[in-house]
Amino acid sequence: MKITLKVWRQKNAADKGGFQTYQLDNVSPDMSFLEMFDVLNEELLSKGEDPIHFDHDCREGICGMCSMYINGKPHGPKQTTTCQLHMRSFHDGQTITVEPWRAKAFPVVKDLVVDRTSFDRIIQAGGYVSVNTGGVPDANEIPIPKKVADEAFDSATCIGCGACVAACKNASAMLFVSAKISQLAMLPQGKVERKTRAEQMIAQMDEEGFGACTNTGACSAECPKEIKLENIARMNREFYTAKAKSENV
Amino acid sequence: MAATGLFLIIFLLVHLTGNLQLLKDDGGEAFNVYAQFMTSNPLIKTTSYLLYATFLVHIIWAVILSVYNRKARPVGYAHNKASSTWSSRNMGILGTIVLIFLIIHLKNFWYEMHWGGIPTVAYEGESYKDLYAVVDKAFAEWWIVALYVVSMIGLMFHLYHGFQSAFQTLGLNHPKYNALIKGVGTAFAVIVPALFAAIPILMFLERS
Repeated sequence: MKITLKVWRQKNAADKGGFQTYQLDNVSPDMSFLEMFDVLNEELLSKGEDPIHFDHDCREGICGMCSMYINGKPHGPKQTTTCQLHMRSFHDGQTITVEPWRAKAFPVVKDLVVDRTSFDRIIQAGGYVSVNTGGVPDANEIPIPKKVADEAFDSATCIGCGACVAACKNASAMLFVSAKISQLAMLPQGKVERKTRAEQMIAQMDEEGFGACTNTGACSAECPKEIKLENIARMNREFYTAKAKSENV
Repeated sequence: MAATGLFLIIFLLVHLTGNLQLLKDDGGEAFNVYAQFMTSNPLIKTTSYLLYATFLVHIIWAVILSVYNRKARPVGYAHNKASSTWSSRNMGILGTIVLIFLIIHLKNFWYEMHWGGIPTVAYEGESYKDLYAVVDKAFAEWWIVALYVVSMIGLMFHLYHGFQSAFQTLGLNHPKYNALIKGVGTAFAVIVPALFAAIPILMFLERS
């Protein structure tokens, strides 16, 4: 396959950046999108040029590191992660535009790499369960209905890649935050801290400079883990209840 | 946006019921009696102040929200494909269409009814302002009718997203009721503006 790549190049956070075009003449349809970048980078390195920087880790679709905005969509045309996107999803001779996630809370570090530590700070603000140390409790000691467990698990599959923020016209992080709040609020272990959790995580989310939700649903439509919009409604409920009855006055 | 939006949705229903009196074949009596009642009843008057406030909060909050959300993405995408409905992405534009309409609409009828010099008519010995005549005159102009129809199409798309979005914001999202909310919302978004738009069209056709 022949592919024309239009890639965003930016030296550092302060650099203005711009698009650069690359021609690839020998792309296999079986390559993953990242492998195609590996081949291009090898070529750039052999020519003594600066390779294109991009985030990646597991390449199995479970770590949430890859973060490319491909041809107008986060993670490209398929509802999956960039590492699981293959060149067969494109046609011979196609021009592909690759950009970094665009959000105030995700500043560009270099080329296609963005700083997503804002997500980490949201988790630090309350996305955890404080547990007792001591003996290991028996399995299934606390009964949890299968349906509830399944739903909590569905929310917990969020890998925190940030595609929701990238896809949202408001660069809102509500789908991510709501998935994290939901997975804990639905289970007995997480219920103890649910009020302070909702308040603190949402306060942190606002502080990071993410936009507000206008319910367009683009986040869920683009989420590689198919996190549902119901989570955002649940987060709103958690938030209203927390604001009304929280221990934090 | 959600709470004020839902209140405005209820207002639309009340307003529509009143407006349908215009189509009654009685020379405007039912409509004029209704208009007089709406501007003089103390309970309705109090509610109307709440309504003005709701409109203002809805509009001001929308501006604040739009500015806030724009700030969240200082650098945009060079290539962007949408994966959401057109109306959900353009609530600001649709709202502006409705706002422009609202200003013209208020000037034409609401202002005239309250402070304008409207001729009066008498029904059973009681004097009423003849708002029907004002409406009838306005809807004889084709461009006013066109403006109303275009605005109602804007309102249609605004409601198509707004109705169900309000429930989502309030946290009312449940697989049991989602289909109902979406169904009622879509029906409301189509039927109510269509009926509103039908009034000027029918009155215009009746004259010509």
